[in-house]
Amino acid sequence: MSSTREMRLRIRSVKNLSQVTRALETVSASKVRRAMQADLATRPYSEKARKVLVHLARQPVQNLHPLLTDREPVRKVAVLMISGDRGLAGAYNVNILRYTLQYFAKFEVPVAYVAVGRKGRDMLARRRKELLAEFSQLPSPPSFMDVSMIGRLLMDEFVSQRVDEVYVAYTEFRTMLHQEPRVCKILPWEMEPGHGNSHSVFTYEPDSTELINQIVPRFTAIQIYQAILSSQASEHAARMVAMRNATDNAMELIEELQLQYNKARQQAITNDMLDIVGGANAQVQS
Amino acid sequence: MPIRCEIVSQDRIVYQGDVEMVLLPGVEGMMGILPHHAPLLTVLHYGVITVRTAKEEQYFTVAGGIAEVQPDQVTVLADAAENVEEIDLERAERARQRAEELLKQDLGPDPDRHLTAQAALRRSNLRLESARRYRRTRSGR
Repeated sequence: MSSTREMRLRIRSVKNLSQVTRALETVSASKVRRAMQADLATRPYSEKARKVLVHLARQPVQNLHPLLTDREPVRKVAVLMISGDRGLAGAYNVNILRYTLQYFAKFEVPVAYVAVGRKGRDMLARRRKELLAEFSQLPSPPSFMDVSMIGRLLMDEFVSQRVDEVYVAYTEFRTMLHQEPRVCKILPWEMEPGHGNSHSVFTYEPDSTELINQIVPRFTAIQIYQAILSSQASEHAARMVAMRNATDNAMELIEELQLQYNKARQQAITNDMLDIVGGANAQVQS
Repeated sequence: MPIRCEIVSQDRIVYQGDVEMVLLPGVEGMMGILPHHAPLLTVLHYGVITVRTAKEEQYFTVAGGIAEVQPDQVTVLADAAENVEEIDLERAERARQRAEELLKQDLGPDPDRHLTAQAALRRSNLRLESARRYRRTRSGR
């Protein structure tokens, strides 16, 4: 019977597939561990740096630094969207894209994108979005130097007034099973809603301009770095979970197919025996 | 009333706690921060941060960074920081020798390499010196 042969082939192919998904799961498991450590290690620093930026933006002094100064009206915004270079990560890439597009759908001004990750670039290009730049094949985890040019590019666009606001769309790593797409405005830095101007004015040492020129760009770059680290941890976690599910499904499928195959084989043997017995009986009777 | 003190380096939280006073190595000299200090933003020099609580004093080496002072809080964002009790003397000594050797060689025309080596030397000297001066337990020597 041809169907048992086909079934054997099918079982073998599913088995091969499950080996591939299991290997990918193992690789992602080790990568997620490293990415997660990198993300968690730099988090305290970047959170404190963020607080300093917010405090600076709250100073009642006008025009402290271009990166802290609001513009009216906003004519164009730039979005740094962080995705992965590769697929097979469950809904990771699609989720960040969908969330980002939805977030900016309500914007009435043109939105230009800077893509981190090839998947994101492809998806944005397919939807004919304006792309300012693309960064892919980042090391995992990247060093601060590896991503500093991304920050430089965005700050350039902002300072040269080609864009009036800059956002980062990234995936926050919560747990292995939970990652959350988020959009965050990084330029200009603003006081958080609900806070008025701070009445306490900073004293600066050595000199305010020098100090602010030094830390504002660097702390902004650190926020971008953190978003990339968090996204990478999310990507590896999403891939690991997706691959584990795929392996589980493959195992279930193999079991089912094996059962069917065994039944079909039994049936074939029974039929053969019936034929022989039937033939023998016929001969005895004649 | 104590003041909250947090020291973070780029890869971890080095110290957090409620303290009586913090001594910071600012670029323009040491400064003591007590509770209710006026808001201040300052660049830090290579040096030692002293954290004084009611019970004891702790010392931390810091290799540059910035500090933000609010009336109820001191936040140190250090480029690198370490509790003097945690300094690995052997490693610091090895790093110092390595940096000294590097500086003896011809590093080529790239000024960055020279600066990196000098910074490494300064850092290891700072760690060795502070460990010698501030350490209570003289292990590893």
